[in-house]
Amino acid sequence: MVRFFKKCYVSIIFAFLYAPILVLTLYSFNDSRSRGNWGGFTLRWYSELFQNRQILSSLYNTVMIAVLSAVIATVIGTAAAIGLHALQGYKRKVVMNLTYIPVINPDIVTGISLMLLFVFSNLKLGFLTMLLAHITFNIPYVILSVLPKLKQLDSNLYEAALDLGATPWYAFRHVILPEIMPGVVTGLLLAFTLSIDDFVISFFTTGSGVANLSITVYSMARLGINPTINAVSTLMFLSVLILLIVVNLRTNKDNPKRGRVNEKQAYNRSRRFSTARSRIHEHAR
Amino acid sequence: MKTKWAASPYLVWMVIFIVVPILLVCYYSLTVPAETGREFSLANFHRFLEPVYMKVLFRSVKLAVIATAICFVVGYPLAYILARSNFQYKNILVMLLVVPMWMNFLLRTYAWLTILERNGILNALLTWLGLPRVNILYTESAVVLGMVYNFLPFMVLPIFSVLSKIDHSIIEAAEDLGANSLTVFRRIIFPLSLPGVISGITMVFMPAVTTFVISRLLGGGQFTLIGNLIEQQFLYVGDWGFGSAISLVMMILIMLSMAVMSRFAGEERGLGLW
Amino acid sequence: MSMRGDKKPTLYVYNWGDYIDEDVIDRFEKEYDVRVVYDTFSTNEDMYVKVTSGGSKYDVLFPSDYMIKRMIDEDLLEKIDLDNVPNAKYIDPRFKDLDHDPNNEYSVPYMWGTLGILYNKKMVSEPVDSWDILWDPKYSKQILMVDSQRDAVGIALQKLGYSLNSVDRNELEAAKQELIKQKDLVLAYVVDEAKDKMIAEEAALAVVWSGDAVFAMRENPNLDYAVPKNGGNLWFDGMVIPKTTQNKELAEAFINFMNEPAIALANAEYTGYSTPHMEARKMLPQELANNKAAYPADEDIANTEVFVHVGEMLREYDRIWTEVKAY
Repeated sequence: MVRFFKKCYVSIIFAFLYAPILVLTLYSFNDSRSRGNWGGFTLRWYSELFQNRQILSSLYNTVMIAVLSAVIATVIGTAAAIGLHALQGYKRKVVMNLTYIPVINPDIVTGISLMLLFVFSNLKLGFLTMLLAHITFNIPYVILSVLPKLKQLDSNLYEAALDLGATPWYAFRHVILPEIMPGVVTGLLLAFTLSIDDFVISFFTTGSGVANLSITVYSMARLGINPTINAVSTLMFLSVLILLIVVNLRTNKDNPKRGRVNEKQAYNRSRRFSTARSRIHEHAR
Repeated sequence: MKTKWAASPYLVWMVIFIVVPILLVCYYSLTVPAETGREFSLANFHRFLEPVYMKVLFRSVKLAVIATAICFVVGYPLAYILARSNFQYKNILVMLLVVPMWMNFLLRTYAWLTILERNGILNALLTWLGLPRVNILYTESAVVLGMVYNFLPFMVLPIFSVLSKIDHSIIEAAEDLGANSLTVFRRIIFPLSLPGVISGITMVFMPAVTTFVISRLLGGGQFTLIGNLIEQQFLYVGDWGFGSAISLVMMILIMLSMAVMSRFAGEERGLGLW
Repeated sequence: MSMRGDKKPTLYVYNWGDYIDEDVIDRFEKEYDVRVVYDTFSTNEDMYVKVTSGGSKYDVLFPSDYMIKRMIDEDLLEKIDLDNVPNAKYIDPRFKDLDHDPNNEYSVPYMWGTLGILYNKKMVSEPVDSWDILWDPKYSKQILMVDSQRDAVGIALQKLGYSLNSVDRNELEAAKQELIKQKDLVLAYVVDEAKDKMIAEEAALAVVWSGDAVFAMRENPNLDYAVPKNGGNLWFDGMVIPKTTQNKELAEAFINFMNEPAIALANAEYTGYSTPHMEARKMLPQELANNKAAYPADEDIANTEVFVHVGEMLREYDRIWTEVKAY
């Protein structure tokens, strides 16, 4: 009886979580603009989607910015983590606290404060400003992913390498980097997904018609309900699903301990606050 | 290690893109346009204290509290069931919980437009079942629904994660000592899960209280929240001073509550264990 | 689709939502071998804030009359060299030398129209001839109000018998109270969604601009449009070149292109708005040319007012609208 009740409960919640996605998917094949009825199967919204200049250019912007911001943030963030790791005392505390600001701050405040900066410094809002904003909110996540790996690292390793005549760069490349690589990769992926998903900060830091996918969806949704958006979301959902399956298969092969991966991803998705909070705890101790 | 210098590019970046922007927000919030440039004034903060804006603040907090409460009531049992289910099954369920979160936040909100409309799918379904129709879209309920839908996993995941880590031998020990399952839950499991609960509450409340998209799309522009007010001031009215003042107030409130929450969580953990 | 890497000249266009036949942009890109970045706004005020906040680089904008005047006054616009826009000759003289741009130096007319009420004949049986119906409790939660400060405040002012260009604080305060009173009856404050919502019969009444009404009536024959007898607003949108332009010649070429008869026709047909272009007007299909919503008889719009820039009092309008929305 209890088992049955539990199953019902779980099913209802999952139905609630998936119903909207299912509806969008179904209606992306509906040959009728009106929502109440089914006008037959069609692929016309998909073909319209691939002719829609606004959607295509925003897709391009989204991917470009995600790749660029993730890579740049990973480079700066990894270096920063190594530097911070060597830092002690109140200096470290001050810097770490500042690092948490974009993590904890509401997106809308980060967005408007960056917008003020860009306008103040006479930068034209557009691709570049959106990219700078994305790098800014990505760096802390990279730092927070890499720092724990550095903690686990034996600090004598680097010194030993130097003593043996390695240049600092060689020691970094061949001694430190391989050790912290998992953290770097996590940071990179996290930065990439955060960038892909962002709406609020992008919304305030772009202009002159340079939009990412989220912004385009927002402006299209403001024109009313549009089956082309349904097609977009179906495709996005499918690609996410495929990506997740691929990542999982890959990590399961590498890592026999199943389950950890899912949980980690879950945690990554619950983003800002969880990361910030768990780190704050670590600090408090 | 002499690697401190590696942080210097980041330090420069941080000063330019984190510190300076916040100082700019402070600057704009404390000044008003004057004949030449801007002059110091507290008028923006004064204005925020007017009843009409207090109403907005109150509405934002009210809706976020309701959404957080619903997420907690619905999410805790789910986290509990998930944590207690067997291993293979558990991974699939957690995965299923995470998948919708991978979808763009705007699309998830937009999806509800089609469902909740007067002639939308929900009402078609209700009519088909012979039930009375409902008008939910563009009400406060729609806004709360949007918040719950978007943020529910943020509540479930941290609670789930804490519950999964609870050492089973503690529970068994309590049972051996004669505690019934309600007592075990009340005295052991729930106190132990509190850090997760607090984490969950923070993670739902914060984005809910600052959202402007959900209230814009599902509230039909009627239920102005703090986020909408900020958006409006910056994008449609162009009053950066007032917009900055509201942002600053919101930022301080959030930072304070984060600090309180994390302190509270820390203490509770200690109390709960021993 | 053109990628960022190519070195084609780029034209930044900032227009109202759903206010152009999008094929026109593609045709312009092909014909001139350029890239167009196209962006949209919902109200004149949004556009003004975006353009003046300093972060934008638009080349062509589509503001309305009073906003054109304001932008001219604030020295935000370039003079248009009409030698580069020979197609301006097709503009009906009625739409030239208007108050907001007396010498046609800064703007080339794009469309004109009215502000009125789009309603569903199945849901509204009484005659719709006044703004008062938007305050009728019978239509509670069936009203879509326009989310645009000058328009919304203007409606309340006209309802009270004042001018929609009022700068009297008492009149404005009274208008604010009217709008707050109306708030309980309003289903949603929208701009561009109104069309779609009315077509789907989600509401009974909506405040819309005439072209949106024409578009919606085409899709749903139950809909009709009326301009209130005791007022209403007559407006003229023009194409202008802001000082932020980095490619004025291309901007002028675009404006000229928009006035090619076939292009002007395509836009007028798609949007449903009234074209000031004489050739396009002649080529319009019968059903559109005879549509009273698009091309009203002079007596139907006899009482309409045109917005004028209210200067310093604009702050008061900003404040009123912020407070009504926040209430």
